[in-house]
Amino acid sequence: MPAVSKGDGMRGLAVFISDIRNCKSKEAEIKRINKELANIRSKFKGDKALDGYSKKKYVCKLLFIFLLGHDIDFGHMEAVNLLSSNRYTEKQIGYLFISVLVNSNSELIRLINNAIKNDLASRNPTFMGLALHCIANVGSREMAEAFAGEIPKILVAGDTMDSVKQSAALCLLRLYRASPDLVPMGDWTSRVVHLLNDQHLGVVTAATSLITTLAQKNPEEFKTSVSLAVSRLSRIVTSASTDLQDYTYYFVPAPWLSVKLLRLLQCYPPPEDPAVRGRLAECLETVLNKAQEPPKSKKVQHSNARNAVLFEAISLIIHHDSEPNLLVRACNQLGQFLQHRETNLRYLALESMCTLASSEFSHEAVKTHIETVINALKTERDVSVRQRAVDLLYAMCDRSNAQQIVAEMLSYLETADYAIREEIVLKVAILAEKYAVDYTWYVDTILNLIRVAGDYVSEEVWYRVIQIVINRDDVQGYAAKTVFEALQAPACHENLVKVGGYILGEFGNLIAGDPRSSPLTQFDLLHSKFHLCSVPTRALLLSAYIKFVNLFPEVKPTIQDVLRSDSQLKNADVELQQRAVEYLRLSSVASTDILATVLEEMPPFPERESSILAKLKKKKGPSTVTGLEEGRRERGADVNGGPEPAPASATVCL
Amino acid sequence: MVWIRFILIQNRAGKTRLAKWYMQFDDDEKQKLIEEVHAVVTVRDAKHTNFVEFRNFKIIYRRYAGLYFCICVDVNDNNLAYLEAIHNFVEVLNEYFHNVCELDLVFNFYKVYTVVDEMFLAGEIRETSQTKVLKQLLMLQSLE
Repeated sequence: MPAVSKGDGMRGLAVFISDIRNCKSKEAEIKRINKELANIRSKFKGDKALDGYSKKKYVCKLLFIFLLGHDIDFGHMEAVNLLSSNRYTEKQIGYLFISVLVNSNSELIRLINNAIKNDLASRNPTFMGLALHCIANVGSREMAEAFAGEIPKILVAGDTMDSVKQSAALCLLRLYRASPDLVPMGDWTSRVVHLLNDQHLGVVTAATSLITTLAQKNPEEFKTSVSLAVSRLSRIVTSASTDLQDYTYYFVPAPWLSVKLLRLLQCYPPPEDPAVRGRLAECLETVLNKAQEPPKSKKVQHSNARNAVLFEAISLIIHHDSEPNLLVRACNQLGQFLQHRETNLRYLALESMCTLASSEFSHEAVKTHIETVINALKTERDVSVRQRAVDLLYAMCDRSNAQQIVAEMLSYLETADYAIREEIVLKVAILAEKYAVDYTWYVDTILNLIRVAGDYVSEEVWYRVIQIVINRDDVQGYAAKTVFEALQAPACHENLVKVGGYILGEFGNLIAGDPRSSPLTQFDLLHSKFHLCSVPTRALLLSAYIKFVNLFPEVKPTIQDVLRSDSQLKNADVELQQRAVEYLRLSSVASTDILATVLEEMPPFPERESSILAKLKKKKGPSTVTGLEEGRRERGADVNGGPEPAPASATVCL
Repeated sequence: MVWIRFILIQNRAGKTRLAKWYMQFDDDEKQKLIEEVHAVVTVRDAKHTNFVEFRNFKIIYRRYAGLYFCICVDVNDNNLAYLEAIHNFVEVLNEYFHNVCELDLVFNFYKVYTVVDEMFLAGEIRETSQTKVLKQLLMLQSLE
């Protein structure tokens, strides 16, 4: 219920807010605001010095007006004045105003820093808290310069109150993030590490956050925190529910602190000291065990808190990647979550399992869930959950299940959201290439991709299929036959015409013996699509035609007629015109030998980094686990046999 | 580095009841973010998760009556931990304002910042004990 609380009333503020809410129109609101602004302006300029209460009230009104979305260009001085009040309520409003409406006026900054300095030195924990929070909220360079030296001292001083330590730790964290050069490591770092043993779990929480950030840039400096963090975590996880009274949340002991400690441990490799390592392993076992116990409460808060710790523990297990038994247990636990009632858990399980898939210890365990994941792909109603399922299928893919996974992904592609189609196309293309034992399967897969999602098949993908066909004698005939058949479809995607045109131009001779795919039939088929295609495709087709002239002398007159037609020779597009003119000339003047030399079969492409992989990485961002490429150590049966196909990213002029 | 980028409380109509920023944005960017967040969370329902990808981050959110509580965190952050951090925060507000409603957040907006700052600071969780937070808030309430 709306309460105008006892301590600081500010009736005027409440009335003003009510007035604004009662305004029937935007214009009325603006009018009321302007009236108030004029009133406040005159009060601030007035001869009589305002008392603290009034100043506080007006500054608060200005803040409210600002938060409604209106610009405020005065009041900063008055807000800064409030900082020097010795009344908490006045200070609080002053600090709030300057934190929200940050001003870069150097005089104001000087005054603010001065007020902060006084409050920090005041030994009044409430005032120190306000000052520290202001620095943490604003975090400007000037504040860092003024206070970065002071805060660590406050943090580690023996007589600092707990709540002040909490705020100081996080304040220091903010300054470090914004201006790391102003927070050099020093004597204070080892004392900060010891805060992990503090009695007050709020202090430990704040210290853990600070150490985690500092440790990333200064791991050596903070490595002693590992054993302390393990002890602390161990004590929390094994505590009875009556131990941590204030910090037990729905029967889960200190869940957020547990998560933070687990995160801190992820900054380091597995502990070297066997005792510490053993204790940590026990701890993780306990967390996994607790997840199997019947819940102490039916409330979702209980299971969320418990599972928050569980998922973070699993993250740590994956990060260490050194205990096969823990990895397999984690996998089994996640496997159970895959079929949980709650969408959140299914989502998180799919996401977490993706990282598990790249560990050699758990890869096989992950694969056992393939049917569940495929089912998720088909039945989940939240598209982001289906996306995680796709990611997981991609990550768990290897020689043993590639055909099945590619088939499922192709099937999903037919109904997938447009926003994610391109990514799925790239993944299917990568998998098909990587795990092809039989390259006819690879060719079929790519042609299927084009058929199902042609618009999302980027150049990298169809260039690649052509490169592979060119590099592999064993699949050239099959490719020619298959594209020929695919082109028969009444409406085929332009990318298919490009691929088909190129392949028939190179290898049409391999199927020309069959009367159903005689040279003239091949030409007619391609040419029937000509007028539907864009300029680059037509250019490609013209090149295919001149190759036909070389391959099949009997179709030369037909092709020459086409090249000779006005629509080619006088085509508005320079490239098409040039090709038509030059190819026509070539076909007329060149001897068969010269023609054969000029239009010789394309040589194999050299090996280079896959451009499809590069494109996927670019799309997903550098932090994506692409499973196949990063972190996967392939062993034994999973080794990808066969030569690495040539992935040239050269711009071949097709 | 991983931390909270912002916390928002919005109503269904898109009015912001609290915006706490832990990263520098200018006013136009803030407005744009607010609108985007609103657009993204209000189309979701019970069949969706409480997590949604948002630019290079993610938003953990929960709806309480007419209000959406949204925390924007890094993609690598712990979803459930923040989902419950929201709930913890809401329970504190509820206790502090005695069955909190949207109007409480409007009329006492300057106090809501105090509650936030007790529980979150510098983009990190600061204090999770409801007992301790409420004790502190009541103490501050008694000051002049």
